[in-house]
Amino acid sequence: MTPDPTGRAPSYTDFHPRWYRVRVSTYWWLTKWSYMKFVLRELSSIFVAWFVVLTLLQIRCLSQGPEAYARWQEWMRNPFLIAGNVVTLFFVLWHTVTWFNLAPRAMAVRVAGKRVPALLIAAGNYLAWAVVSVILAWIILGG
Amino acid sequence: MARRLVEPFLWSLFSVGGVVAAFLIPVHLFLFALAFPLGWIASPSQEALLALARHPLVRIYLFVLCSLPLFHWAHRFRYTLYDGLQIKHLNEVITAFCYGGAVLGTMVAGYLLWNLR
Repeated sequence: MTPDPTGRAPSYTDFHPRWYRVRVSTYWWLTKWSYMKFVLRELSSIFVAWFVVLTLLQIRCLSQGPEAYARWQEWMRNPFLIAGNVVTLFFVLWHTVTWFNLAPRAMAVRVAGKRVPALLIAAGNYLAWAVVSVILAWIILGG
Repeated sequence: MARRLVEPFLWSLFSVGGVVAAFLIPVHLFLFALAFPLGWIASPSQEALLALARHPLVRIYLFVLCSLPLFHWAHRFRYTLYDGLQIKHLNEVITAFCYGGAVLGTMVAGYLLWNLR
């Protein structure tokens, strides 16, 4: 503090004022189901990335020949991997559902000046998803 | 300034990647990670799958399937680390790890699919 020649207490201090801030726990998201749903949705991205890793390994083995691909298939039969992939499927589906349910809020579709109801947009997404999935399965399984 | 220019671009990659992931990943994952390994459905042979994957359109499809969801992951995971663990002070490290990972994965996908024989 700088000495004051008049001897009076100065009206300022050298210290930075402290804001009043409530410390948020690292586990804030455990306190409420809606927070939990949000965090589960955010965590789904890890499983999306894991799927890409699996697919890249699969493409690599596919190009290396039948033996390499058989090794990949054998690896995928590992019970721990199966269990992990069940969890992965759960999170990926969670991503799909939350994404489609948010879609009506992101897209304000208007037909003849009227806003298309949210339920209809979500339903359209689910329908398109089903169609795409069936077509992809049909192609993968050899047409 | 650079941040303000880049952020919308990264967000749109996140968004498009989210759509790709939502529509395409479940069926792939169900077939290749559960139905085939568990023997619920007979897996197509390596020859058949390779022939399919070598088609130019399928190569592009697989590239999109691998790349865009990685950018979706990068963006979302970055904010998960910020919000969930409150480690905003590691900003640069997290950003480099997330988007760097997505770029690396995209390059690997491009390399593998380009060299698919």
